[in-house]
Formats: sequence, structure tokens, C-alpha cells
Amino acid sequence: MKKLLNLQSRFYSQLIDLSALKQLGILIVVVAITFIISLSIGDSFISPLKVISILSGNGSEFDTLIVQEFRMPRIIVALFAGMGLAVSGAILQGIIRNPLASPDVIGISAGAGGAVVAFLAIFSDTNYSLTVSMEWMPVAAFVGALVTALLVYGLSWTNGVTATRLVMIGVGIAAFMQATSTVLMLAGPIYQASKANIWITGSVNSATWEQVKIIIPVIACLFFLSLLVTRHLNLQQFGDDVATSLGQGVQKTRLALLLLCTALVGSAVAFSGTIGFVGLMAPHIARRLVGSSFGSLIPVSACIGGILVVLADTIGRSMFGSIEVPAGVFTAAIGAPYFIYLLIKMQKR
Amino acid sequence: MTSNLFKSILLLLSSILTIIGIVLSITFGYADTNLLTTWEAFFHFNASNEHLIILEHRLPRALIATFVGASLAIAGALLQTMTKNPLASPGILGINAGAGLFVVLAMSIFQMTNLFSFTLVAFLGAAISALSILAISSVGHGGMTPINLTLAGTALGALFYSLTQGLLAINEAQLDQVLFWLAGSVQGRDLHMLWIVLPFLLVGWLITAIKMKQLNLLSLGEDVARGLGLNILRTKFLIILVVVLLAGGSVSIAGPISFIGLITPHIARKIIGTEHQWTIPFAAILGAILLLFADIGARYILMPQEVPVGAMTAFIGTPIFVYIARKGFNKG
Repeated sequence: MKKLLNLQSRFYSQLIDLSALKQLGILIVVVAITFIISLSIGDSFISPLKVISILSGNGSEFDTLIVQEFRMPRIIVALFAGMGLAVSGAILQGIIRNPLASPDVIGISAGAGGAVVAFLAIFSDTNYSLTVSMEWMPVAAFVGALVTALLVYGLSWTNGVTATRLVMIGVGIAAFMQATSTVLMLAGPIYQASKANIWITGSVNSATWEQVKIIIPVIACLFFLSLLVTRHLNLQQFGDDVATSLGQGVQKTRLALLLLCTALVGSAVAFSGTIGFVGLMAPHIARRLVGSSFGSLIPVSACIGGILVVLADTIGRSMFGSIEVPAGVFTAAIGAPYFIYLLIKMQKR
Repeated sequence: MTSNLFKSILLLLSSILTIIGIVLSITFGYADTNLLTTWEAFFHFNASNEHLIILEHRLPRALIATFVGASLAIAGALLQTMTKNPLASPGILGINAGAGLFVVLAMSIFQMTNLFSFTLVAFLGAAISALSILAISSVGHGGMTPINLTLAGTALGALFYSLTQGLLAINEAQLDQVLFWLAGSVQGRDLHMLWIVLPFLLVGWLITAIKMKQLNLLSLGEDVARGLGLNILRTKFLIILVVVLLAGGSVSIAGPISFIGLITPHIARKIIGTEHQWTIPFAAILGAILLLFADIGARYILMPQEVPVGAMTAFIGTPIFVYIARKGFNKG
């Protein structure tokens, strides 16, 4: 018998599996360790102990500069972007009830990508330098994600939206958006294409403290919102009929969840680019660790997503000398072997 | 229920459309030619530039588009039936990702650069990737359930894709040649490449044609199919073999073209119904038509530059697909 902890109030009720809570505790420690280690790795190695003393405010001036100004912002952005993508993937797989669903699959990321490519194409003058500030690019990405999600939802609506129709139309729109990006990139100059390509692969290279100040509160709020809606997600797993008969307004809930998911993806990719794999696989890894009840699935997915992107970014900026490889390249290289290991281990049980 | 007569007429009409597509694909492009030039190129060949373009450049292109489009559609239909997942396509066996990785490896380690050697390497990559996914998903007694297969395939596919991206990021110098391949295209291939791959494709088509009945059984669900005497494991292995032949052959000649395998089976099922003896031939014809017309469109959008045919497939395919999805799918 599993040990369960029952949390209940008027707006919130949750059965928490204690063994899942233990897993979550372990993962949070892993997140902290990953955070400190990635602060210490880079062009110049600063030992983790030194990093801790810098964080508590007494390190040498030079090391403090490196850690706080160069490394910290991008690592925090990576962490929160990873969390956002993973949670949105978990929610989306819950809405659509298909293990292949992810923000990449139903076009939200592709929409953000298309918007960024269009932004670079529209606001360039004849010398190919931007006519507006780069700071507007995250806004373009967010708007692109939102507009695409609403487009997919609108096109899927015929007297209600079913999960299958949502995902199939999403797949179509995703392909369409990618095709648009490709054509725009081909039509523009090469360097613009490569800039757009780095963004589409996903990189936190240009993270700043200003971005950190936006991404932390936004993702944190959305994350707590996600925790509040877990029981609705659990209910959707039983299918529309059961959920309706248990008193859920299925269509309204689905729209609300989709919007939540879009907000998460939009704010994550706005600063990190469309990092792939995390939204798809972090929830699957989490599911294999703590089972599929969303109360534990969402926080565990968030931790795994955060760890994946921080590690991927650390490898990308430190392994290849002077070349900086975008973080999006390595999320799968780290995550996939671990997932395959879990897949094999679970089957042997 | 639509009658068999109606379905036969549908197949006939769509075949005629395919032939029209082939003729148009041979006739129209950047070099200014018309139907008369095409006719003369075939029957009164005079080695002029136009005639050479038609025979050496456009004819292979049209034939490759036809065979590749049809094969990808069949492979997609088979996988959707087997995994019972409407999102399944040859991509979930990691075929495109495996082929891509091997091509990039061959380029960066063995300095291969010609399209011909890409064909062999890509096929090898597709086969190895599909086999490893098969192995991973069938380890242990849980066995090769659709969900295990799908997840193993997606994870390994993502891994290969990311390794490819990593290699490309490190070897930027060689990027150009391989990017052209990675975008997926039926342009610039000669007929010899098709002749190498064609036997694989034809064997795949043949096995599919013989095993229609088993597919219909499988689509009833594994338990029912087993109850009716179908050897599930053998059928699944056979399906995967066929998919490797068809999708592996396609990717090795045309590079990764992903959308066709996903959408044409759905369109076919909506129009002609869910019996595989109708769905699969119709999906194949639709796949050929879609790729032929996408390839023609790809020449005109940014002329004289060509757009990757994969992008063009999405432009043409998405509106049809969205329309059909709104009308409601027929389950495979």
C-alpha cells in the first residue's frame, strides 16, 4: 500500500504520494548541485566551494564578476526555461492524452520560431542591421506562441474541441510554421538565417539580469498555477465523458489548460529559444520516476527539465573550446540515454 | 458505405492525376520548355540544352518524387495501424534521424561528399536506427507494446538528431553540402540512384500487397487479432521490415521528408475508408501526387532559388489536412 498524504481545502485538494515526495526532495538537491557545478565550470574553473562562498557574498572580486555577471544569468534563465518547457509538456500530454504530444508537436514552439524569423526579416534595413531594439525579440516570440496556439484552438473548434482534433491540427500548423520559417530564412541573407537558426535550436547565450528579473516571477507564478490545476488534469485523463459526468466543464478546462501551457512555453522560449526535447521527454522521465498523478508529475518534471537545460548549456559552452554550441543541441544527448535506461529498467521489473 | 465501384473510380482518377503530375513535373521549371519540347525530347532527341535538362534532370526528379511520395505514405499508414497512434510516421522509428546522423558522420569523418555515397550510408543509418529501436523496445518481458516502441523511437530519434546537430555545429565548414541533403529534396539526383533503391521499395510494396488481410486484423486491436489467429509478433516484425525498406529507401535517395508519411494516410482513410486494401493504394497515390506537385511548386516560389520540397509539402498539405481534421477522421 502506498503511503498517501491528503491535502484538502475549498479550492485545492491533493493526495500526495510520500515516496514521490522523497523523489522530489532528492531531485531538488540534484538541481542545487547542478546549479553550483555549472556555476563553477567554464573558461576558468572556480571550485564549487569557492562558488558557495561567492554566493554568500565573500569571494574575490574577479571570481565574483565571472560567476555573478557572466554565468549566473544564463544558468538561471536555462533553469527556468527548462522548468517551463517541461511543465507545459506535462500539461499538454495530459490534455491531449497522447504520449507524443509536446509544445513542439502542436506548433506552439514553431509559431514562436516563425515569429522570431519574421521579426528578423521585417525589422532589418537594407544593410541588414536591426531597426528596432533586440529587446523586442522575446515579445515577438511570446506573441507568436500565443497567436499560433489560438489559431490551432480556433481551427480545432467545431462545436467543442476534441483532443485528437487539437493535436492533428496542431501538427499541421506546426509543419506550416516551420515551412514559413524555412522560406523566410532562405529569402533573407545568410547571416540572418544563421542567427535565426541558433534561436530555433535554442540558446541562453544572450541572457541578462533584466531577463532573469522577468523570467523568474513569470515562470514561478505559472508553475504554482499549474500545481493548482492538477486535479482537473487528473480528471481529464479519464476521457471527456467521465470528466463531464464528474462535473468538469471539459471545454472550458481544456482551453484554460491550453492557455496556461502556451504562457509557459511562450515565456520560456522568449528568452531561451525553442529548446527541443525537454517538453516531450522530461514528463516521460518524471512519469517513470513517480507515476502519472499530476500532483507529483508536475514538480518532478519541472526539476528534470531544469536540470536538462542547465547541463546542456554547461556542456555547450565548455566542451568545445572557443566554439559555443547552443544548449538545444545537447538536451537530447543528455536526456535520451537516461530515458532509454529507464525504459529498459522498468521493463525488466 | 461507399461502394467498391466508387472506390475503383477514385483510384483510377487519382492515378490519372499522378500521371498529369509527372508530365507537368517534366515539362515546367526554370528552363523555358513546353509540352512540345518534352515530346520531342523523348521521341526526336537532338541533344539540345532543353532536351538534356528534360531527360537528365527533370525526368529522374519526377520519377523519384513519385516513388518516394508513394513509399513514405505506405510506411506512414503501416506504422499508424501498428502503433494505433495517429501521430505515428516513419520518423518514430528514428529512420530520418538515423540516416541524417550517418550522412553527417560519413562527411565529417570519412570526408565523403557525393550524393551517391550518401544513398548507401543513409540507408545503413536508417536500418541500424530502426533495429536499435526495435531492440530497446523489446527488451524484458513488457515486450514491444506500441507505447514502448513509440517512446523508444522518439527518444533515440531525438538523440541521433541532437548528435547530428552537434557534429554540424563543430564542423561548420562542411555545412553547406550536408544542409542541402538534410533539407530533403528530390532535385539533382540521377536515375542510377533510383535504380539502386527501387528494388527495396518494390519489395516493400509487394510484401504490403500480400499482407493486407493481416493489417485489417491488426487494426481491430491486438487482443482481437490474436483471438482470430494472427501471429502478432511476426506481423509486427514484418511491418517494421517493410517500413525500413520503404522509408529507409526514401530517405536515402531524397533525404528526410517528414510530413507526407504522417498526413496522407489520414486523408486517404477519410476519403476512401479504413479497409487497408483500399486505404494503402490510395494513400500511396496521394503521397506521390503531393510530392510531385510540392516539387513543382518548390521551383516557382523563390525562383530561381529552390525551396526545400519538405517546406512546400507543408504549404500544400496543411490546408487539406486541417480541412479533413475538422470534418473528423476515420480511425485506422
